[in-house]
Amino acid sequence: MLAKRIIPCLDVTDGRVVKGIKYVDHVDAGDPVEQAAEYDRQGADELVFLDITASLEHRQIMLDIVGRVAETIFIPFTVGGGIRTIDDIRQVLLAGADKISVMTAGILDPDIINEGAQRFGSQCIVCAIDAQRIQHEGRDDSDLGLAPEEDIEWKVWTYGGHEPTDVDALDWAVEATERGAGELLVTSMDADGTRAGYDIELLRRISERVIVPVIASGGAGNVEHMYQALTAGKADAVLAASIFHFGQYTVGQVKQELAGRGVTVRL
Amino acid sequence: MGNLGSVEKALQYVGCAPVITSSLQQLEEASGIVLPGVGAFDDCIRGLRERGLLNPLRELIAGGKPYLGICLGLQMLFEQSEEGQESGLGIFPGQVVRFDHDLKIPQIGWNQVWPNQPVPHLAGISPGSWFYFVHSYYVQPADESIVATTTEYGYEFCSAVYQDNIFACQFHPEKSQAAGLKLLENFEQLTQITPPSERDEQE
Repeated sequence: MLAKRIIPCLDVTDGRVVKGIKYVDHVDAGDPVEQAAEYDRQGADELVFLDITASLEHRQIMLDIVGRVAETIFIPFTVGGGIRTIDDIRQVLLAGADKISVMTAGILDPDIINEGAQRFGSQCIVCAIDAQRIQHEGRDDSDLGLAPEEDIEWKVWTYGGHEPTDVDALDWAVEATERGAGELLVTSMDADGTRAGYDIELLRRISERVIVPVIASGGAGNVEHMYQALTAGKADAVLAASIFHFGQYTVGQVKQELAGRGVTVRL
Repeated sequence: MGNLGSVEKALQYVGCAPVITSSLQQLEEASGIVLPGVGAFDDCIRGLRERGLLNPLRELIAGGKPYLGICLGLQMLFEQSEEGQESGLGIFPGQVVRFDHDLKIPQIGWNQVWPNQPVPHLAGISPGSWFYFVHSYYVQPADESIVATTTEYGYEFCSAVYQDNIFACQFHPEKSQAAGLKLLENFEQLTQITPPSERDEQE
């Protein structure tokens, strides 16, 4: 059976990891390649590198890191952050990444997904969606003619959570896959950084509408949250940063616990 | 694309000296051929034909050159694919078909590989080891005796084939951590063994 994937996320700026693994003495907490190797040893199924500055001057540093990671670990890894053009995609893939993720560029110029998928294959185009929940409370539903299912909606944000848009996250999820995105990386902006749990409802609704894998992101604080995302949320993979960086769990511990609860994971 | 570089790096890691080439002479001189297969079925077949490599590749593989096919490099060995119009290499009778079930397509992620027969490429790799898959299509060999491994996704499908000098897998050993590196290392070892034909000449 296909395993649910556990994916640590590394935020990189200026060639250094912003939040390092704090509990492993021999790992340089800032070196992305060493951290990648450590997560690989722990049994990570994939890695995601987010270039959180992603300015032009940092691009070359990131490409160097991608190349070094590709020589060191032999599990799939995704690079995201600041990818705007087909040439950006080509450079990151040539440097050794297996997948790239687009977020802002996908909204501003959705054709980049079509063209990227055509040129490099859907399997390497991940569409990242930052979604904010909008709860319509106290609304007179009879007046609006909305079913309870429509009491919540989610809007897409761009520029790493800095710019709101009017794009509906569920509709965008479907459109992105129709355009050729091979996977969706769905981040709840409300939950991100809270460690209070993923937005299960968001995950479930997107998972039920698309045929490609959905990676849950934003809000992981413990294994229970991951379990909920993978079961009730119907996600295919869970991405997490803090709980691994701060040493609350190793990837192996997370997998053992999930396996104990009946989730299929690669052990 | 990224795939080619990944395979190259993984082969280097296990001690090979891979050369990415479209030169027939280099293919003839190589101790083994690895075909990762990138993109769509028809593009791959046409790409080989345009470079004048389609028939020579078929002859090299049929002639006993150690061959490792990955993903499309497996699918191309068969006669036809539901993904395209072009004919495959036709080394093995059989078809390439799309998953037909309610699960997500493509299959992306880690799945277990169960050997169907003893295969030298899988020496030292435990039955049920996890390998990384990314695919929408899989092979249906007409001759079941070439099925090397099976994997379960909705139903059981053939995830690798093996016959003599040929081993080809649907999964990506270059992205499958220790188990994948072991497979590549085994392949490297097998390319070092003198083929029977040359051995006879030496004797």
